[in-house]
Amino acid sequence: MTAAVFFGCAFIAFGPAFSLFIFTIAKDPLRVIILIAGAFFWLVSLLLSSLVWFIATKATNAQDLTLQKNLLIFGSIFSVILQEVFRFAYYRLLRKANEGLAAISEEDGPPLSVREMAYVAGLGFGIMSGAFSMINTLSDSLGPGTVGMFGDSQYYFITSALMTLALTMLHTFWGVVFFEGCERKRWWVIAVVLCVHLMVFSLSLLNPFYVGSILPVYAIMLLMAVWAFFSSGGSLHNITLLWTCRKSNTETSS
Amino acid sequence: NIPSMSTSDSEEDSYNERTALVASEIPSVPSYQQDPDQPQPADMEPRRRTVAPEPAAEPPSLDRSAVEREPVDLEEEEELPLKYGAKHVIMLFVPVTLCMVVVVATIKSVSFYTEKNGQQLIYTPFTEDTDTVGERLLNSVLNTIIMISVIVVMTIFLVVLYKYRCYKFIHGWLILSSLMMLFWFSFMYLGEVFKTYNLAMDYPTVAMIIWNFGVVGMICIHWKGPLQLQQAYLIAISALMALVFIKYLPEWSAWVILGAISVYDLVAVLCPKGPLRMLVETAQERNEPIFPALIYSSAMIWMVGMANPARHAEPTNQDTGTFCLISAYNPLALTMLRGVKLGLGDFIFYSVLVGKAAATGGDWNTTLACFVAILIGLCLTLLLLAIFKKALPALPISITFGLVFYFSTDNLVRPFMDNLAAHQFYI
Repeated sequence: MTAAVFFGCAFIAFGPAFSLFIFTIAKDPLRVIILIAGAFFWLVSLLLSSLVWFIATKATNAQDLTLQKNLLIFGSIFSVILQEVFRFAYYRLLRKANEGLAAISEEDGPPLSVREMAYVAGLGFGIMSGAFSMINTLSDSLGPGTVGMFGDSQYYFITSALMTLALTMLHTFWGVVFFEGCERKRWWVIAVVLCVHLMVFSLSLLNPFYVGSILPVYAIMLLMAVWAFFSSGGSLHNITLLWTCRKSNTETSS
Repeated sequence: NIPSMSTSDSEEDSYNERTALVASEIPSVPSYQQDPDQPQPADMEPRRRTVAPEPAAEPPSLDRSAVEREPVDLEEEEELPLKYGAKHVIMLFVPVTLCMVVVVATIKSVSFYTEKNGQQLIYTPFTEDTDTVGERLLNSVLNTIIMISVIVVMTIFLVVLYKYRCYKFIHGWLILSSLMMLFWFSFMYLGEVFKTYNLAMDYPTVAMIIWNFGVVGMICIHWKGPLQLQQAYLIAISALMALVFIKYLPEWSAWVILGAISVYDLVAVLCPKGPLRMLVETAQERNEPIFPALIYSSAMIWMVGMANPARHAEPTNQDTGTFCLISAYNPLALTMLRGVKLGLGDFIFYSVLVGKAAATGGDWNTTLACFVAILIGLCLTLLLLAIFKKALPALPISITFGLVFYFSTDNLVRPFMDNLAAHQFYI
């Protein structure tokens, strides 16, 4: 509950997302708009799922704690499913908008490629998800208090920050993979993304057994990173070119 | 080349004229047509991809209520409307975000603006310390009715003054208002900040600080100044005004007023007999810039003219103090890059909404949700502006989204996320 905890957790949770924003998104106005619209879509999905959860809790006995916990889990699963539905809806919206923009613009092709939009949309979802998970916790960490007084874990803040970081990055990778799958009409990709998202949520159910939740989540994040890399056109060839600092004969792809 | 525009401030009772989203060109353009060699703007019409609402005459730039958008492009930059459109959106996102950040930061740290000590504005005489919920609701509705009537009366008064060309009166009123804002309200704000952080300060230093701040502000806003300084002052004034509203409007009245004022904005701008629309049309008939209003201008306005290279900047309209530079770099057609303008009333009400979300409950999720909702509403409004190209009010969509998201996040999402955070579940 010190400034060190606040800054440390803030930078862990939001550092990579913030730097991605600064270096890749902030300069291009269209990307900023798509980012904020992505955040909005995530927010709407959260709103609808919390409405469902709220109705469920109000309709049942508030004193029954196991029931409430189960309702919370049910509400979260519904929220995960709804988030993927809204990701698909955002994909459709962006495709339509892109076609419209391509039609009215004079240059060849649309102003933003689907891959760029996928990345930006995923990052939008990730930033909003991370912000909603972490901001209240961060603000509490500035105030007075003792962590883990009633037998709870001492590592609450740092593990929250680590999980938030993982979720933000995962949303970005899911965005890339999801949009690419939709583009190529590979519908199984959507199912896989949904399953992985549910798996990550289920792993977080193991908290505060952090070894069982954070390590697997980071492993999944690395796997998703690799998948997203290859899905967006990366290859081992590109990596070798990167490491040996050579330009390829054809135009280097970004 | 430092284009500036005179704007002036007004008191709380005249904030109504600032609820506007404006995108139009500077007023000085017609007066540049002194050189007969220069092509008239009307000749440029065929090259414009979109038709301005008033193709024959340059529309006035400073319009209190109407939104007129005329994107103009060079022939070879025809794909740029999209990028310009996105760029204009970002040019408005940044100041709106800054204003909201200032208001939220103040609300969260300086407790003065959230303390209710029973003092209320005279425009909201009914108290909310009632016994029953029904009474409280009734009182807030009555407060809203009074406030909105005051606004309507003020707007009509303004339109009448404008119609009968009482410019001096309006100028004087606006100067007095901005004096009060820049000196008195900022003095109060500074005092409260010092109290919060327990900083000892002597009166001569404070007098010097406030004097400098105020005088530079008056110069920037009413005369000439660097564009960014002017923008900064307008943001500061909007934030101060929003803070005053947050402090002195009672809880429920504030929300009802926000809703009512967006409905009023919609009606006043879109109805044929709406006062703001009449103001716009009068100004357009007279083909003159409306007297300086509180309008935030987002862009440097430059003119590229095929002209005599010796031409240089000259003040064209002494009232507004606007001037622009003709550059002879590009001997192509006469084109202008117009920024997008947003009325300060919009800044104020957006910040009031986000500030109230931050003040009540202390939940950051609600504040963030309202912030995103308002930005998306602004984006949609600008999109509609690009599609319809006519006068549009800036408040309704954003405020509606903001209100919906405030109430739903506060009541539905907050318990959900609190529970998830307590168990450390991550969705």
